[in-house]
Parts: sequence; C-alpha cells; structure tokens
Amino acid sequence: MEHYISMFVRAVFIENLALSFFLGMCTFLAVSKKVTTAIGLGVAVVVVLGISVPVSNVVNTFVLSPGSLSWAGFPDADLSFLRFLTFIGIIAALVQILEMTLDKYLPALYNALGIFLPLITVNCAIFGGVLFMVERDYNFTESIVYGIGSGVGWALAITLLAAVREKLKYADIPDGLRGLGITFISTGLIGLGFMSFSGVSL
Amino acid sequence: MASAKEMKQVLFGPIFANNPIALQILGVCSALAVTSKLENTLVMCIALTFVIVLSNVSISIIRNHIPSSVRIIVQMTIIASLVIVVDQLLKAFAYEIAQELSVFVGLIITNCIVMGRAEAFAMKEKPGMAFLDGLGNGLGYSIVLLTVAFFRELFGSGSLFGMQIMPLVTEGGWYTPVGLLVLPPSAFFIIGGFIWVLRTFRTEQVEAKE
Repeated sequence: MEHYISMFVRAVFIENLALSFFLGMCTFLAVSKKVTTAIGLGVAVVVVLGISVPVSNVVNTFVLSPGSLSWAGFPDADLSFLRFLTFIGIIAALVQILEMTLDKYLPALYNALGIFLPLITVNCAIFGGVLFMVERDYNFTESIVYGIGSGVGWALAITLLAAVREKLKYADIPDGLRGLGITFISTGLIGLGFMSFSGVSL
Repeated sequence: MASAKEMKQVLFGPIFANNPIALQILGVCSALAVTSKLENTLVMCIALTFVIVLSNVSISIIRNHIPSSVRIIVQMTIIASLVIVVDQLLKAFAYEIAQELSVFVGLIITNCIVMGRAEAFAMKEKPGMAFLDGLGNGLGYSIVLLTVAFFRELFGSGSLFGMQIMPLVTEGGWYTPVGLLVLPPSAFFIIGGFIWVLRTFRTEQVEAKE
C-alpha cells in the first residue's frame, strides 16, 4: 500500500506531467484563462488518463511486448514497433466512447466538458502518460495509480495557472509580454515552486 | 504553380512573422524537456521537420480522396507511421540519443504543429506548397528550440554541443554555471523572453488588453 501512496504523490507533485515534463502544454496555455473551464478540462484529463493508461497497459502486456503473444501461439512475435500507432488508436477510441456515454447518461457533465473532450485526443499529456507507463514497466495496479495520479497533477497545475492568470488581468504588463509571454513566465515560476517537492521522499 | 512571391511567403512566413510556437502556441508540448543539450535538440528538430514535411506532402497528395468524416484518423495514422519510422531509425543509428530523448520522439505524434498544419494547410493545397509549408513550420519550430537550447547549454553547463566553451569552476576554470538553467522551468523563462524580444520588433503581434 505504501508503495502505491508514494507513487501517487510522486506522480502528482514531483513528476508533474505539465510542469516538469512540459506535456499537454498547448491546451495548458490555451485553456487556462478561467478557473472554471480549467477545472472542467482538468477533470476530463483525470478521467481519460485514469482509463487509458490501464487499458494500454493490458494491451501492451498481452499483445505488443516481445513474447507476449505466446498465449495465441506466437512466442517469437515482437510487435513493439506498433506501440505508437496502437496507443494513439486506443486513446482516440476511448475518448470517443467516453463522449458518447456521457452524452447518453450524464448530459449535464457532457455539456460542461463540451469541446474539451475531443481536444484531449491530441493532448500530449495523455499520450505521454501512456508512454511513460510503458517505459517504466508499470504493472496493472501501478498503471491505475499512475494514470490517476498524473491526471490529478495535471489538473492541479492548470487550475493554479488559471487562478494566477485571472489575477494577472489587473497587472500592468509590458506590451510585448502581454498574453502569451507572461503566461510562459508564470508557468515557469509555478514549475519552480513544484520543484521544491523534489526533495520529498516517501 | 504559385508565384515565387507566394512560395517565399509560405516558406519564410512561419519563421518570424507567424511562428508556430511564439504566436500560435502550438507544439510547445513535446520538446521543451529536451532543450538542455544542443545535440539532443538538433536531433529532435530534424526528426520533427522530417515528419511534418512528409506528412504534409502525403496528406496533400491524397487530400481529395479523404472523406471529411474520418480525416482526423487518416491524418493520425499517417503521422504515427512516420514517427514510427523516425523512432526505428534513431534506435538503429543513434541509440544513445534515442535513449535520452525517450518518450519525446513518440510525442511528435501529438505535436499540435504537425496535426495543425495537416488540418489547416495540407488538406487544401497542392503537394509542392504543402512541402514548403511543412519545411517553413519545421524551421520556425527549430529556431525557437535551438535558441532555447543554446542559452541553456552555454550558460547552464558552459558548453556547446558537448564542447567546453567556458571552463567550469569545479574543473579549475573561471565560469560558475547558472544552476537554474539546467532545471526544466528555465525553458519557460527563455521562451517568455524570446516572445518579448520578437514582439518588441514586430509590434503587430502584441495582444490586445482585456
């Protein structure tokens, strides 16, 4: 149990997808003007990461890794070069399914998430999370914890940035820095803050 | 065939006037983490330019045969296949760099510049123009990344392409490296600064007050 808790904390704070690996930056910078929309997108990312990382883990263990097809009678097969294509397919399909399910059963949430769901398919944070899972050889339980943890970390980061940007509206910023420039610099400052967690070991 | 002036515009426009990173916030995702060393950055830039040029050209060639309802999936498949090619090439010929770049080569797939150009340009234009557009955007991306990497490696570890330019204090030299520049957040500060400089000269890019 302790192992999983420490993994969760590491995924949220120390190895934050947005702030220490720069993943999902396009949406991160574009959709962080308001706190409410930022939270909506954050929730969507948590859900999609929480599902797609374990699903990719299963596919990777039973189909793609070298020697994993032995249950089907192909012990020598190595399909690992198909990883990118398969994972992007899994993510796109999951997002589509999630969208249809939400539309049918939870229309209120569907309307709240709105355009964010399709955007998530091309969000590097999701794909990055999946690739990190493969690279670090997580098992199934670990991949669930990692998926949710990294999602929460991303959501936290985008909410924080949105809160900062709402206040920045009242600041008098030099012309050339207004908008995108100052957003980059504030993201860097938040990232520095998050780095102070790196000494924490559990 | 389009006039020479148009072609020039398509090729050089994205480098400063319409830079994908500094103006359109596209494609920042996958690459900032690899900018601590110039060598890795250069490989990353070449890989991305390769993918964007080929994806633009191939999508443009078949643009009239793609039904619009499944175009995103078709584009994704083309891009993902190209990235697989790049990844396998890197693993075969530059294994150590491939290890250091780790997941970031794969992340070219979700790089918004590649998708964005495929969707916005290659679906409408002829292959020749799409080639120039891909090259231009690849260079626009590379110039920002290489600038960031240049400052980070020079002032963070006193070297360029792994060659020691300024001898470090720890090795008996005179230069005290700026530790901050080795850390990931410094890339944000440098890009912020890059945008500031760019917009000081090109005032039409300044954003309106809210």
